[in-house]
Amino acid sequence: MSSDAALATAATTSGGAAAGRARLGRMARSGRDTGRRVVAVGAAVVLLLAAWETYKAVGPADGLELLGTRVLPRASDAAMPHTWTVLAVLGEPEVAVAASRTVGEAVLAAAATTLLLSLGGLALGAGVGLLLAVAMARLRVVEHGLLPWVLLSQTVPLIAVAPLVAGWGGGIAIMGRPWTSEMSVVVVAAYLAFAPVAVGALRGLQSPAPAALELFTASAASWTQTLVRLRLPASVPYLVPALRLSAAAAVVGVVVAEISTGTRGGIGRLVIEYAQQATTSPARVYAAVLGAATIGLVVAGLVALLDVALRRAREGAS
Amino acid sequence: MSAPTRETGSATTGRGARVEVRGVDQRFPAASGEVHALADVSLDIAPGELVSLIGPSGCGKSTLLRCVADLVQPTSGEVLVDGQSARAARLAHRYGIAFQAAGLLEWRTVRRNVELPLQLHGVGKAERRARAEHLLELVGLADVADARPSQLSGGMQQRVAIARSLAEDPPLLLMDEPFGALDEMTRERMQAELLSLRAASGTTVVFVTHSIPEAVFLSDRVVVMSPRPGRVVDVVPVTGEGGLERTGDVREAPAFFDRITAVREALRGGSDDTGGGRGGVEDR
Repeated sequence: MSSDAALATAATTSGGAAAGRARLGRMARSGRDTGRRVVAVGAAVVLLLAAWETYKAVGPADGLELLGTRVLPRASDAAMPHTWTVLAVLGEPEVAVAASRTVGEAVLAAAATTLLLSLGGLALGAGVGLLLAVAMARLRVVEHGLLPWVLLSQTVPLIAVAPLVAGWGGGIAIMGRPWTSEMSVVVVAAYLAFAPVAVGALRGLQSPAPAALELFTASAASWTQTLVRLRLPASVPYLVPALRLSAAAAVVGVVVAEISTGTRGGIGRLVIEYAQQATTSPARVYAAVLGAATIGLVVAGLVALLDVALRRAREGAS
Repeated sequence: MSAPTRETGSATTGRGARVEVRGVDQRFPAASGEVHALADVSLDIAPGELVSLIGPSGCGKSTLLRCVADLVQPTSGEVLVDGQSARAARLAHRYGIAFQAAGLLEWRTVRRNVELPLQLHGVGKAERRARAEHLLELVGLADVADARPSQLSGGMQQRVAIARSLAEDPPLLLMDEPFGALDEMTRERMQAELLSLRAASGTTVVFVTHSIPEAVFLSDRVVVMSPRPGRVVDVVPVTGEGGLERTGDVREAPAFFDRITAVREALRGGSDDTGGGRGGVEDR
C-alpha cells in the first residue's frame, strides 16, 4: 500500500468514527435539550403565577393614580381574581340550570372552534404566502412590486379589515355554498398569517449560495428542479420561525375577527359574553383568556411537529 | 538545461479538439464603467489532456472556465465543446464541474450529494446509488457515505464534490481552484488522487489555479494568462517529448523545477509589474 493510500484510509476511518460520534452526541444533546425546555416552560408558568399573586398581595386594591392617570392596575378581587379562583370557576356550571355545562367545558368547546378556524387561517395564509414567495423568487420585478405591499398590508388595522371582509364576502357563494361568517374569520386570520411566511420563505428561497445555484445550472437543471431540490429544502430553516409567527398571528386574527364580525361559538365571542358577567364572576373572563392561551400552545406545538416533518422531508425526499 | 519549447496561445487547428475557445472577449458592466475580463482568448484542448489556467488574481481565468461551462456567455467569440456550442454541451451534460467551495447540500447525506446530478437527469434510484457508491470508493470515502457534509473535514468535503463532478463520467471535467482552501498536505494528496482518477477515466480536465507548482505537477500544458484584461501570454508544455515524466517523486525532478521556472518567467513577462511581484500567484 502506498503512503498516499494509507493516509487516505486513515483519514476516512477516523472520519467515519467522527461521524458516528457526532450523531450520538447530537441525539444525547437533543434529549437533554427537550428536558431542559420542559423545565424552563414549567418554571416560566410558576413565575408568572407567583408574580400575579405577589402583585395581588402587595398592590393597592384600587390601583394607583398619578395626575389622573392610572399607572398601577387595581388588585381587587374584581379586577385580579386569585389564580385558584380562575381554576375553580372552570368547574362551575355556566348558567344556573340543572343541565348546564361547566365554564370549563364551554371554554374548551369555544377553544376547539377557534383552534380549527386558526388552523384554517394558518393553512390558507401560509399557502398564499408561500406562493407569493415563489413568485417573488422567480421574478425580481414581482419582488420589487409586491414586497412593499406585503409589509404595508400588515399596518392596516385588523379591526377595520374584519367587517370589510364580512361585507365583501356577503355577496359571494362558493360552489353553491353561501358565504358564512366563519369564512370571513378564516380570511382575516389568513390576512395576518400570510405576511411572515411570504417574507421568511422569500429569504429562504434566496438563501442558497451562488456555488450551489451554479451547480444546478451546470447540471442543466430546470427552474422547477432547482426550486424543488435546492430552494425549497434550503428555505426550511427560514420557514419554520416564520410559521411560528404566522400561527400566533392567525390565533389573534381569529379571536379579533370573531368579535368584530359577531361570529358565535369561538373564544372571541366567549370573552365578550364573560366580560358582561364580570361584575358577578370576574374570574370567567380570565378563564376565557386561559382558553385563548391554550390555543396558542397547541398551535405552537403543531408547528413544532411540522418543523420535524419538514426536516425529515427535506432529508428524505428532496 | 535547455528551455522548454513553447507554442503560442492562439489557435492552430480545432479539428478533434475537446474544447475550442475562439477569440473570446468578455466585458462586464460595473459600477466604475466596464470590466474587460477577457481579451481575444483562443485556446484548443485535446481529448484526454489536462490543461491548467494560471495567472494573477482577476486575470479572468475563472471567467474563461465559466465561459466553457456556459455559466457566463462571452461578449463576443465562441466556445465549442466537442464541436457543439457550450450551451448545447451543458444541456447534454457533457461536463462535470467542481468549485473552490465544495458546495454540498447540507441536508443530504454524502451519498445523496454525489447522486444529485444523476437524480436531476432522471437516473433510476438503484443505478444512481450504485454509481455513487462506486465513486465514493474511488475517492476513499465509502465508509462516510451516510454522514452529513457538516461532519466531514474540508478535504473530505472537496473529495465528495469531486466525486459528484464525476457522477456522469463526463468527457470533460472543469475545476476552479478545487484545492485552494485545503492545507498543503491534503492538497498534495488530492493532486495525486486527481492524477490517478484522470489516468483511470481518460477525462479531459481544465484546471484553474493560482499555484505554479500545482499547475506544473498536474498539467500536460500550462496556459499562462496576463492581468486584466486577461489574455493568453504563453502556453508552457509540461509533459511530452523531453518533458516531465510522472514517475518517482515528480516534485523532486529537475524537469519539475525547470517547468516551474518557465511558467514563472511567462507570468513575469505577461505582467506590467516588472518588480518581480506576480500579483497573487503563489510560488509554493
